[in-house]
Amino acid sequence: MNLAWYWTALIAFGIVNFLLISASVLVYAERKVSGYMQNRPGPNRVGPFGFLQPFADVLKLVFKENIVPTAANSFVHSLAPMLMVVIAMASGALIPFARGVVIADMAVSVLVLLALTSISVYGVTLAGWSSNNKYSLLGGLRSSAQMISYELSMGLAVLSVVLISSSLNMVTIVEDQGGGYGIFAWNVFRNPIGCILFIVTAFAETNRAPFDLPEAEQELVGGYHTEYSGMKFGMFFLAEYVNFFIASFVIVTLFFGGYLLPFESVLLAQFPGLEDSILLMIMQIGTVVLKASFFAYLFIWVRWTLPRFKYQQLMTLGWKYLLPISLVNALLVAIGVIIFS
Amino acid sequence: MSIINDTDFKETLKFWPRHNEAIYRRLESKHSWIEKTSSGDGSPVDALEQEMVLNIGPQHPATHGVLRCVVKLDGETIKKCVVDIGYLHRGIEKIAENKSYQEFMPYTDRMDYLSPYSNNVAWCLAVEKLAGIEIPDRAQWIRMMMSEVARISSHLLWMGVGLMDAGAVSVFLWTFQAREDIYAIFDEVAGARLTVSHSRIGGVATDINDVGFNLIKDFAEKFPASLAGWEKLLNRNRIWIDRNIGIGYMSAEDVVAAGMTGPNLRGSGIAHDIRRFEPYLKYDEVDFNIPIRTEGDALARYFVRLDEMKESIKIIRQCLEKLETIQGPVRVEDAKRAYPSKNDVYYSMEGLIHDFMYTDTGVSPPKGAAAYHAIEAPKGELGFYLQSDGTGTPWRAKMNSPSFSNLQALETMMEGAQMGDMVIMIGTIDPVLGEADK
Repeated sequence: MNLAWYWTALIAFGIVNFLLISASVLVYAERKVSGYMQNRPGPNRVGPFGFLQPFADVLKLVFKENIVPTAANSFVHSLAPMLMVVIAMASGALIPFARGVVIADMAVSVLVLLALTSISVYGVTLAGWSSNNKYSLLGGLRSSAQMISYELSMGLAVLSVVLISSSLNMVTIVEDQGGGYGIFAWNVFRNPIGCILFIVTAFAETNRAPFDLPEAEQELVGGYHTEYSGMKFGMFFLAEYVNFFIASFVIVTLFFGGYLLPFESVLLAQFPGLEDSILLMIMQIGTVVLKASFFAYLFIWVRWTLPRFKYQQLMTLGWKYLLPISLVNALLVAIGVIIFS
Repeated sequence: MSIINDTDFKETLKFWPRHNEAIYRRLESKHSWIEKTSSGDGSPVDALEQEMVLNIGPQHPATHGVLRCVVKLDGETIKKCVVDIGYLHRGIEKIAENKSYQEFMPYTDRMDYLSPYSNNVAWCLAVEKLAGIEIPDRAQWIRMMMSEVARISSHLLWMGVGLMDAGAVSVFLWTFQAREDIYAIFDEVAGARLTVSHSRIGGVATDINDVGFNLIKDFAEKFPASLAGWEKLLNRNRIWIDRNIGIGYMSAEDVVAAGMTGPNLRGSGIAHDIRRFEPYLKYDEVDFNIPIRTEGDALARYFVRLDEMKESIKIIRQCLEKLETIQGPVRVEDAKRAYPSKNDVYYSMEGLIHDFMYTDTGVSPPKGAAAYHAIEAPKGELGFYLQSDGTGTPWRAKMNSPSFSNLQALETMMEGAQMGDMVIMIGTIDPVLGEADK
């Protein structure tokens, strides 16, 4: 029991609460942004500017009856939403929010992150299977097919980043982007194709539109969560928002300099007193949240603009375009790393 | 008590199981209509031996009302599909035989509830043809203009709902904003937003006032810009194009064989539009094009409908110009053939008598007269066949509704398609179940 243990516990407490609250803020943001995109005001009745709408929604979900279909496998039916939330939250442990503010600073955190995103598909597939509903089953099947198609490209996009910074540690990857060229050392400039690939696959991994085939409100009537009600449905809902916020954080960490302030090295040269100060930490947390919020906005923006992919389109995009491009990109980056180092 | 004993309720209650059995027999599935959970000897059945039969509708969100499709699936591929309609059957043809001609007119609003004005016009034109009534010019121009506004309203719903089925929810809200403008027009012109009932036998109920006239003018000016904005988003959108191209292909021979009408017919390269080839109202006096595509897939129908909206705006503009010059009555001034004006009813005795008589018996076509009149409704050929026995009610009324004939093609289209295509296909046929089920 040393001081570092308490520090980690404190960060963990802070981050879990931050993620839970950010989910409700994101729900509000999504409804408000979609409202403005559709020329309507969005929620504006509960609380000032409708700020309390997500909390009212959560209350409603908590008080709703929890219905388990008679023919469902009730254990798996309950397990699936919990799995989704736990995995979504666990990914938060790997994100560095500022220098030294990370729950699990392990040597292979990128690998752990990929592993966690792979497991999260079990939540969807098990939910689809255990509901004993044909629509849910189709949703679960679609989800697993989607995950297999996109995981490879995602892994290769991450691999190109790992090659550049020659480390599997997220903190090292971030610090590696703080080179002397200001923002131009960010991986998005060193590895632009990898960045685009990763953003596209992140959309697919989080099951957000236009890749929301597993839930497909219109054809599959909600897909895997058709048979869920009350807080179990709420957990899927929560997991979706936490997932895409985490995905935004991962995009920022891997490609957009993570918690680094733009031109941080210049700033520190000017004000050496800032180094290791609380002020810098707060600024770094603000920076990473701001950057991630931009990508969260991107997720919302895309969702309310584009139609959904069709199953074959999704497969074609995944196997015929993204996979070859990511293979070639990984090769090019590897050659580049050899030449420049 | 005796009625209950005399009636064989057992047979009645067997309808539903028998109906379902018939549907599954058509699917030729190994699947019985109650799912098998064991194979007779108590051992569970092999799930892989059974084909998956998915019941889509009538409460499914993508079926545009209460359409029911029973599909046999192999993974995501639809192997066979049986369409079941009739969940909104109200016996509207039988109702027509018990109502006077004018009394029945408001019922037509409830058939294709997305373009009620066209239905009113179709019914009134059929009755006028049967009874040989010539209606004033101004009424004809008003009817024509409002029918085109109704066409835009119907196509806007097709567009919004089609896009929403494909996952782009925002377009739905945008088209509904434009439809709100159209509802405001109907509200001003006819006094009702949805069930307008503005057409009367022998003319229209009221003349268009300045407010209504300006609303239509504003709409005709503003609408092409918003349509262009949507086209910018969609016409080069890779996802939307790929979801539509080659989907629901029907060759020119197929569409004729299936009896499809309207934009579905013109999307397959058949140049048939009643407005051009058997002009009614004043369609022979306005200048407009018939958009035709030859590809025969959902994308072709999408472009046909988009172009039709532009042509409708063109017709509306010409109608507005004409209505500024043509003045005069909007209803026949013959009390045996149309309602007298309210001025007559309130201030003259003859007027009151005529109004009473017209409400009581109404127009009475000669005995044995029969007529069929079809118009080009937004969804295709909407025709009414009427037979008179000399009284004020039709002896027989038969509706040829476009949604019913268009839905005949759905089973053919669905075979071999994907689950995700299903919503696109139902959208591209654009059925309204109020009309298909009658």
